[in-house]
Amino acid sequence: MDQDVQIKITDRDGNLHEIAAPVDMALNLMEVVRLYELAPEGTIGICGGMAMCASCQCYVLTEHSLREMQDDEEAMLSEAFNVKPNSRLGCQIQITPEMEGLEIELAPED
Amino acid sequence: MIQTDILIIGAGPTGLFTVFEAGLLKMKCHLIDALPQAGGQCSEIYPKKPIYDIPAYPEILAGDLTEKLLEQCKQFEPGFTLGERAETIEKQADGSFVVTTNKGTQHQAPVVAIAGGLGSFEPRKPQLDNLALYEDNGIAYMIKDPEVYRNKKVVISGGGDSALDWSIFLSEVASEVTLIHRRNEFRGALDSVDKVQELKNAGKINLITPAEVTAVLGKNKLEAIEVTKSGAPPVRIETDSFIPLFGLSPKLGPISEWGLEIEKNAIKVNNALDYQTNIPGIFAIGDVNTYPGKLKLILCGFHEATLMCQAAYKIINPGKRYVLKYTTVSGIDGFDGSRKEAPKAVVKSIN
Repeated sequence: MDQDVQIKITDRDGNLHEIAAPVDMALNLMEVVRLYELAPEGTIGICGGMAMCASCQCYVLTEHSLREMQDDEEAMLSEAFNVKPNSRLGCQIQITPEMEGLEIELAPED
Repeated sequence: MIQTDILIIGAGPTGLFTVFEAGLLKMKCHLIDALPQAGGQCSEIYPKKPIYDIPAYPEILAGDLTEKLLEQCKQFEPGFTLGERAETIEKQADGSFVVTTNKGTQHQAPVVAIAGGLGSFEPRKPQLDNLALYEDNGIAYMIKDPEVYRNKKVVISGGGDSALDWSIFLSEVASEVTLIHRRNEFRGALDSVDKVQELKNAGKINLITPAEVTAVLGKNKLEAIEVTKSGAPPVRIETDSFIPLFGLSPKLGPISEWGLEIEKNAIKVNNALDYQTNIPGIFAIGDVNTYPGKLKLILCGFHEATLMCQAAYKIINPGKRYVLKYTTVSGIDGFDGSRKEAPKAVVKSIN
């Protein structure tokens, strides 16, 4: 039986949301944010999840080992604004059982 | 003043298919798009990416889909106002609308169909103080006329195709070209990357990586920028122009000021009937609209466009009856005089 992982997401207004992210729906972090409507439609996942915009940029606040960054994500982040060393594109991070307790913060809108 | 039957705002897949469906009903269309080419996101963001959920196409590249849609609607001779953003809309005494672009081009039509996707694509601007102070006064986010830079000093920043391509192009025009990027790696066509390397080696492009423009300076107009390499103090570079090329991002923009009901960054429409907005005569179709159960899919945009055209027909031809005709049966009569029709069956006896 697949279970959900508990994730803490701080939205762009600084509000903390503790949400249950399903691991059995092939969702990524960007989609989880949209699922729970933690950012207004049209301000996140603009390219649909192709690492071709940086609207789903987030800061990873915990030490979870996440999917390694691929070239396209790295290239996109190098052109994004407000980038920090812990920046990732939410659309490139699939929800897995190992992500239990993950904490992220959404980067400001461009 | 450009006059048409249906004025379509947005030349993406939904807007292009509207031309075809409107054409079947003998209505002419004109499209406005902020981008310099048709196709919307399909041509701007992901032309080389495959789409798998277009009916009858197990796989098609977004760029090819645009080509096919343009080909399909060609005989209905759509007009285009490209590279201009629809700015204002005014209702006329006769019930029609006048839409004016940011460049002042005026369009008049009895029906307006907003097929604007996520909005018009606007350049992403770096977050620097006083940026606005120098806009059109040394700072530009798009290159419209490269001659402006002849024998001038130019600084370009960015790491994608447009930063590479313009650096290459301007190296022949400007007196000095500096390309600044946050990483050593560039994301672009391989030959562009190689060419920039070559021009850098030849001393024709001053390449600064990994670095970032951290300040824009000057009195009344741009005079210099400050570039910072990580861990090093900022360096001042004298320049006439600074061109940040960080791609485009869609914004609903002026449309949100048109008095339309907006929800979730999209235009609310009546999906029980015809995708009309709260303003009669203005419709919203494709990704730009919202209603209960809305899905932002190209194929849904096609369906919405088709139903919208039926409602537009009633507005444009009041009181006229209409019966659905199948293209297979009736063929297609283009506005260009062309006719497509199914070949007639041959009736011949076999002895």
